[in-house]
Amino acid sequence: MTLAQARNVVLPCMKLLRMSAVPILEQLHLEERLLRTSVDNWCIVNDRTNRPTIVMGVSGRPSELIELKSVLRDQIPVIKRFTGGGTVIVDDGTVFISFICNKNAISGLQPYPHPIMSWTGQLYSEVLRGFGDFHLRENDYAFNSHKFGGNAQSIIKERWIHHTSFLWDYDIKNMEYLKLPTRAPKYRSARPHVDFLCRMKEYVPSKSTFIERTIKSLGSYFLVKPFDLDDITTEPPCTLPHSTKLLSRQELEDAYSSQCENLP
Amino acid sequence: MAYRVLWASRVASYLRISVFHRGFSTVIKDLKYSDTHEWIKVDGSSATIGITDHAQDHLGDVVYVELPEVGTTVAQGKGFGAVESVKATSDVNSPVSGEVVEVNSELTGSPGLVNASPYENGWIVKVNMGDTGELNSLMDSEQYSKFCEEEDAKH
Repeated sequence: MTLAQARNVVLPCMKLLRMSAVPILEQLHLEERLLRTSVDNWCIVNDRTNRPTIVMGVSGRPSELIELKSVLRDQIPVIKRFTGGGTVIVDDGTVFISFICNKNAISGLQPYPHPIMSWTGQLYSEVLRGFGDFHLRENDYAFNSHKFGGNAQSIIKERWIHHTSFLWDYDIKNMEYLKLPTRAPKYRSARPHVDFLCRMKEYVPSKSTFIERTIKSLGSYFLVKPFDLDDITTEPPCTLPHSTKLLSRQELEDAYSSQCENLP
Repeated sequence: MAYRVLWASRVASYLRISVFHRGFSTVIKDLKYSDTHEWIKVDGSSATIGITDHAQDHLGDVVYVELPEVGTTVAQGKGFGAVESVKATSDVNSPVSGEVVEVNSELTGSPGLVNASPYENGWIVKVNMGDTGELNSLMDSEQYSKFCEEEDAKH
């Protein structure tokens, strides 16, 4: 029996969308559309993406965040997403979990960055109980002081999204496409990627264990109901100033040229 | 935050404006306020818009402000830009309908002005209002103070 059942509370519904190997650009477009045009609460799970892709936050500048020469050489796609936060490289070792909620969906939760982040920290603390020393460190999910989950949010008038890329596994060679960020959490202590990050698979028995436990924990706050991707209509989102977009090769080349010109 | 309230009192006294202090966030008299925590300072049919001290305090350190272009049409209650604070983008909604005539380009290099000076140097846009009657649906400083207290008390 869940806590909510024990209290005989009527829980709001949450639609659960489970996907596999959906390209991250497609996932982000879907999320922005659901955030801005749906009235429902959603949990979206994508258990991996189809190819290595760099994803920057809304204010990200390629010349500051990525190794443009190697990214251009190896034709790595670069996306600027609609949420805040930093830069990640995602691939088939990444698990994505996103929550899109109405602002009053969770009793007592203020729709601001810190309370939302804190709520998710409580949720995942329950999910990962017994698998490692889980912490919400500043705005990252970590085992001890090793990050395995990066977060970002967008808050609009009546709704918010909190989405996470979890490092189930990663290829250290892919991390070399990312520069060390100038804006980094204090607990990183200037560590390089290999010393800062960890792999969830070294702590949790399987992806399905993690995903099923997450869905179960959500059940304390929502009536979770499975939903099919095919049931969502396919109208494209309206054009928004901060819509997710794939940067063109020209944009990346221009950034690289500008970077070279500015070198001493 | 207590220091900020004390500083605000001294500035207000110097400028001869009245301030209300609700808890630790400042509310300025003579401004109007929306229920999404934007303020508007009216000058005839023109107005200056920003986000309140309550909003900047709850959002955290602002690291980026997405500004609209001059000439953009804004609608009451609809988003026209955004602020990014650490991991989150938050829409900024217009308290009135009209046309953007000026944006605060200082925010591009110094987004922290929104935190340090939300009602002065951290202003976001100036608009020519299409319908000054829309101001009647906004809150005055006392109503906004009460609104913030009630909102915080719910959580």
